[in-house]
Amino acid sequence: MSTNLLALLPELVLTITGVLVMVLEPVIPAGKSRKPLGWLAILGSLLSGLAAFYQLQIVNAQGTLTAFYSTIQIDPFSIFFHLLIAAVVLVTLLGSLDYFESPITHAGEYFALVLFGAVGMMFMTSSVELLMVFIGLEISSISTYILAGFRKGRATASESSIKYFLLGSFATAFFLYGVALIYGATGSTSIGPIAAGLAITRTPTMAILAVAMVLIGLGFKVSAAPFHVWTPDVYQGAPAPVVGLMSTAPKAAAFAVLLRFLFNGTPMLHGHWILLIEILAVASMCLGNLGALKQHDVKRLLAYSSIAHAGYLLVAFTGTHQNAVAGACFYTATYAAMNVGAFLVLSQLSGFSERIRSIEDFTGLALKRPGMSALLGFFLLSLIGIPFTGGFFGKFYVFSGALQNGHVWLGIVGLANSGVACFYYLRLLAAIYSRPTSDSVAYIPVRKVTAPAAVALAATALATLGLGILPNKLVHLVERATPTTTAAVAVQPTQQ
Amino acid sequence: MTPLNLFLLLSALLFSIGLAGALTRRNAILVLIGIELMLNAANINLIAFWRFGPNPEALTGVMFAIFSISVAAAEAAVGLAIILAVYRHNKTTNLNQIDTLKG
Repeated sequence: MSTNLLALLPELVLTITGVLVMVLEPVIPAGKSRKPLGWLAILGSLLSGLAAFYQLQIVNAQGTLTAFYSTIQIDPFSIFFHLLIAAVVLVTLLGSLDYFESPITHAGEYFALVLFGAVGMMFMTSSVELLMVFIGLEISSISTYILAGFRKGRATASESSIKYFLLGSFATAFFLYGVALIYGATGSTSIGPIAAGLAITRTPTMAILAVAMVLIGLGFKVSAAPFHVWTPDVYQGAPAPVVGLMSTAPKAAAFAVLLRFLFNGTPMLHGHWILLIEILAVASMCLGNLGALKQHDVKRLLAYSSIAHAGYLLVAFTGTHQNAVAGACFYTATYAAMNVGAFLVLSQLSGFSERIRSIEDFTGLALKRPGMSALLGFFLLSLIGIPFTGGFFGKFYVFSGALQNGHVWLGIVGLANSGVACFYYLRLLAAIYSRPTSDSVAYIPVRKVTAPAAVALAATALATLGLGILPNKLVHLVERATPTTTAAVAVQPTQQ
Repeated sequence: MTPLNLFLLLSALLFSIGLAGALTRRNAILVLIGIELMLNAANINLIAFWRFGPNPEALTGVMFAIFSISVAAAEAAVGLAIILAVYRHNKTTNLNQIDTLKG
């Protein structure tokens, strides 16, 4: 197989499956269940995960692969994110296989869009050329814009979709303008030559402005404050399994781009962007946690919690290059496991109609759905960062990385914020395990948990637990993803 | 003033006009137009830097602009479809009146 095809194998598998799902969709008669298409999509995401594993074997044997005129780079870093995205998509698809109560006609598009979105996210993580990053970003964004409004026929769905679309494309414009400026300052749009060009640029101010604009654009995508205003509205109106997907996988991809761009592309400007990152991190942690305190809608609460988690992740960027990559990779993985899990529980509890949504509705839930309540409680404890859950080690790595690099006050702000976060997670948990008020539990319809959804829930719970008890496994993989040849990457092009 | 500076000034102006439009307009379609102006400002920058840059044989800037134009078209298509869906429900595209989601 040629190197080019090999480098794109996971994306290729997903694209072919996605197109196949789209082609087969109209073949199935109207009114028939679209479940076979869901199984096909699940098979595709499984195969693409295996393809990423295959790439890992090749990279282990031969070293880093580059393809398409060095615009795509397959190294342990990109493979880590490929595996993570494939896993999130697989779990989301399993969990949403029975999400559509009546066989609505456009369920096939849902599966295809999830796959296409994953293609874009994978592109973002493996490309070292900002043009490819831009295309990947758009593929993933356009798919998620549509997915956010997928509960067609509801006013909240289209509202969620349009808010996501307008603010998302607003952010894209900032990102593109930043890329244009960096092209002007360095004469290139590839990560390596950008680093080389920055060393000899005659317009350093323009380069700083460019980095700031790229940060704004990607800050919107990862919902870092003060670019977070869309998050609660969009998460509230979008279907629960989609929120689980879009609060984790596209964010992981955007963080991967940020890691590559900031540490490999613009290490010369470290002193400038570190300040912006600190501001974003502190603002996200504080605004996210304080905003969550007064929420009544559970999805809005988790939306604010995801803003806060974006802040914790940004704290990782203040470490050394190696610590930052290791901490951010570990945190994205644990965050993906626990957040996808929490939203899967929500989607299983309230179904497509999403009738139970506020904390009051959850009062006394444990009596009626003990299993589901225990799972949700476990994910909430992990989001708090209780020891023996993945969330604890995620926070531990991120904060210790920041402390080691001398950002003591950032670590203190982070820990104080974790304390504040306890309040709202525990408020929800207390409601679940308190005595039901007169009518809160009575009208919750009990939906049977189907086998695929049970597998998905078990996988996320095991991943969250596993990362809490045996974090070493992932730490090894993550540390392989950290670039040991940073200095060489930054210096090498200048010699040309 | 060199031609490059003139183009950069034009693009900065266009970006600011688009930004102001996207932030102040309440009609979803006009907000979209503002965003398109911002995207095209970036395209002007890319082409100006390519044309007046030290290395106009490498087609990076033009390639980037062509891709961004086609991607922006795809984005606008999806965006207009979403605006249609919103209009069907609310009988308006005024963003101030689309406010069922809040907490």
